[in-house]
Amino acid sequence: MVNRAQQITRSALAGYGAAGFLAALSLGTLGVVALKAGGLSGLNGGDLAAIRFTVAQALASAILSVALAIPVARALARRQFRGRGLLVTLLGAPFILPVIVAVLGLLAVYGRASVISEALQSLGFTRLDIYGFSGVVLAHVFFNLPLATRLFLQGWQAIPSEHFRLAAGLGMNSRDISRHLERPMLGRVLPGTFATIFLLCVTSFAVALTLGGGPRATTIELAIYQAFRFDFDLSKAALLALVQFGLTAIAAVLAWRLTRPARLGTGFDQPVKRWDCNGVGAVTLDALTLTLTALFLLLPLAAVALKGLAGLPDLPFSILPAALRSIAVALTSALLTLSLALPLAQTIARTSPHRPRLAGLLEGAGYLSIAASPMVIGTGLFIALFPLVDPARLALPITALVNAALSLPFALRALIPALREVEREYGPLADSLGMRGLARFRLMTWPRIRPAAGFAAGLAAALSMGDLGVIALFADPDAATLPLMLYRLMGSYQMEAANGAALLLVGLSLALFWGFDRGGRVRAAS
Amino acid sequence: MKTPLLAAGLMLALTGMAPAQDKPILNIYTYDSFVSDWGPGPAVEKAFEEICACDLQFTAAGDGAALLARLQLEGARSKADVVLGLDTNLTARAAKTGLFAPHNRAMDENNLPVKWDDPLFLPYDWGYFAFVYDTTKLARVPYNFEMLASAPDDFKIIIQDPRSSTPGLGLLMWIKAAYGDRAPEIWAGLAPHILTVTKGWSEAYGMFLAGEANMVLSYTTSPAYHLIAEQDDTKAAAIFEEGHYLQIEVAGKLAASDQPALADRFLEFMLSEAFQSIIPTTNWMYPVGILKDGLPEGFEPPVPPAKALLFSPEDALAVRNEALDEWLTALSK
Repeated sequence: MVNRAQQITRSALAGYGAAGFLAALSLGTLGVVALKAGGLSGLNGGDLAAIRFTVAQALASAILSVALAIPVARALARRQFRGRGLLVTLLGAPFILPVIVAVLGLLAVYGRASVISEALQSLGFTRLDIYGFSGVVLAHVFFNLPLATRLFLQGWQAIPSEHFRLAAGLGMNSRDISRHLERPMLGRVLPGTFATIFLLCVTSFAVALTLGGGPRATTIELAIYQAFRFDFDLSKAALLALVQFGLTAIAAVLAWRLTRPARLGTGFDQPVKRWDCNGVGAVTLDALTLTLTALFLLLPLAAVALKGLAGLPDLPFSILPAALRSIAVALTSALLTLSLALPLAQTIARTSPHRPRLAGLLEGAGYLSIAASPMVIGTGLFIALFPLVDPARLALPITALVNAALSLPFALRALIPALREVEREYGPLADSLGMRGLARFRLMTWPRIRPAAGFAAGLAAALSMGDLGVIALFADPDAATLPLMLYRLMGSYQMEAANGAALLLVGLSLALFWGFDRGGRVRAAS
Repeated sequence: MKTPLLAAGLMLALTGMAPAQDKPILNIYTYDSFVSDWGPGPAVEKAFEEICACDLQFTAAGDGAALLARLQLEGARSKADVVLGLDTNLTARAAKTGLFAPHNRAMDENNLPVKWDDPLFLPYDWGYFAFVYDTTKLARVPYNFEMLASAPDDFKIIIQDPRSSTPGLGLLMWIKAAYGDRAPEIWAGLAPHILTVTKGWSEAYGMFLAGEANMVLSYTTSPAYHLIAEQDDTKAAAIFEEGHYLQIEVAGKLAASDQPALADRFLEFMLSEAFQSIIPTTNWMYPVGILKDGLPEGFEPPVPPAKALLFSPEDALAVRNEALDEWLTALSK
């Protein structure tokens, strides 16, 4: 027992270490900015309006994303069809698109000059006009519906297939299955998913502004940006960042309070087969859901791809080293994400039954990074590092590190439920066999969390590939990454080449995501 | 766990090694598009290094406003010797930091539409803000702000946010300079025609090229880009009777520079033919100097100097908060 205790302490230490690091990165950088400013200054009417708008659009976006994701995930979970794997991967693409690429893709389909608008006009209707609150929500759903779908899908796949078989044996219909199996799962997954998307939308800025139609759509992040560059008022920036943290804290606490622990029982990891939903109605519903979702998400992507293909010949040679740099950053970021997320998730999963507050606190640390303003993290790191080292030399490592931290919430959302399940269901057996340390991790834990880990690593890789927030502050002009190149192309009138770069970026991000995600699922599917 | 070690190794590899240097280094901070492969940066670096026996190193930071913010963060410890890329809406703030040193230089004969006597900053190029449109799609082109305001409801323009973009701030100044106290009224008239406001120039111009709006806020020189680089003569700038607000881009030497002589030499070079002739077809702005071979096709300034609008740096700083409030009020209704 002594060894077991030591083992727990050591891995818990790594978990606390990861949590402390995240707190330092998000709250510490804020502290550095506030320190440089010499305090915090007050908020004015415009700031309050920005806070109101931020909360309203984030709530609407999160509600809609989650509400739409549930039927999509259910359809994906209970249907097997040719191309399903490809669809699941492609549906993940919007989440990793750079903002400007996504906006131009969305406008190609839903904009005033889009095919739909042209058709509407020729039929005597007015052109589509998505600018305003609806445009902001549309774009945020476009970005986040895929993430929500993936998190719910993982929830569904975590229900052991034996349960569905038992349900079928008991003659349960779809409604019974929903009540006994699916709803308890949703109760566990939904609050965290909702909170994650809410937080992502809170820190949104360029999307909200561009599709929001004007300064009515000012978010807190834009106000922070203004404080930095228009007013150079660091104290205002720090205060606004603190407000952003406050909102996050509320969302995180609510999510944690609302999460209902569920016991699902143990299974043998067999693939799921369903007998309850083969009726014409259910099949039609699922087919319709998947078709509409695919159209909504994939049409803008297709527009990006089409424009990109035309622009590929215009790409300069310097795109190659930029792409290689981005891949290096992405791989490093994926590695860092796993080495931060695994110990933290393990610690949280092991703490929870006895000390829920501590587990909540640790999980909160994992959320901190998406609550943090990217602008404040970047500036804080800049202020802290500038006296010590040339920021340009740290551009790529810092990008990898910050993006690893930004990917952590998603990694935790995927890993914690999987780890809890493993510990609860197989932990006692492993204990009784005296399995511990690396052997326990390798034989018991890893095979069961591989899909979640692959997803987390893939997401981290793809997200850091498209990062422009941190790299813009630390940028080394001679070592541009792919997204930086893309923006430079656009800034130099090279729109065609920029479209080509966008396609390359999306392609590489998806390939990395697919590689990790697939790598995680290959064993799981067998 | 081997992964953190491996990660640390990778990070080291990514950081790279600093190259050995014997030549003096001139550090120039500028905005991002200046150093891009299509910007003036590469040609400027090559031309100056041929004559200076030095190593010119650029550091890029977003745009003009981001550049100033970066300098303020770094303070006197900045390694920058020269900052290139501020404009006259920013120079009063920049001067207040006390980080810049006088250039002690008189301007030669030049083609700036206004007289230049700033002791800290020297101009290297300039342009007029203007709305750009597609000649094949727009028949009735507005020739002043009031006509734009009274256009049909579905006539849309895209502008940039003054809080995050230099052209966006330029439009604020343009309307303030042309209409003074009537500015809020003009903004209220424009509000229904503003399709959206973007973070920066690239987003707005990209959306315009995608056909989302009738006009976009850009420069009178934008059509020259399409004409020269793409042989496309369908873009034009709408010329407004009120006159056009100027953007004058400037550079300054830092007081704390450890290469003050080299910095002076660069400023000298900046005003020479070698630098100035690079500007038109890379930065797509009017050069400050008078070029030997004249300006490229499509580059004749379409506005007589008498119609050039510009606040002095001090006035620009004094009016900008009021102008921003008026803008926010008019567009938030």
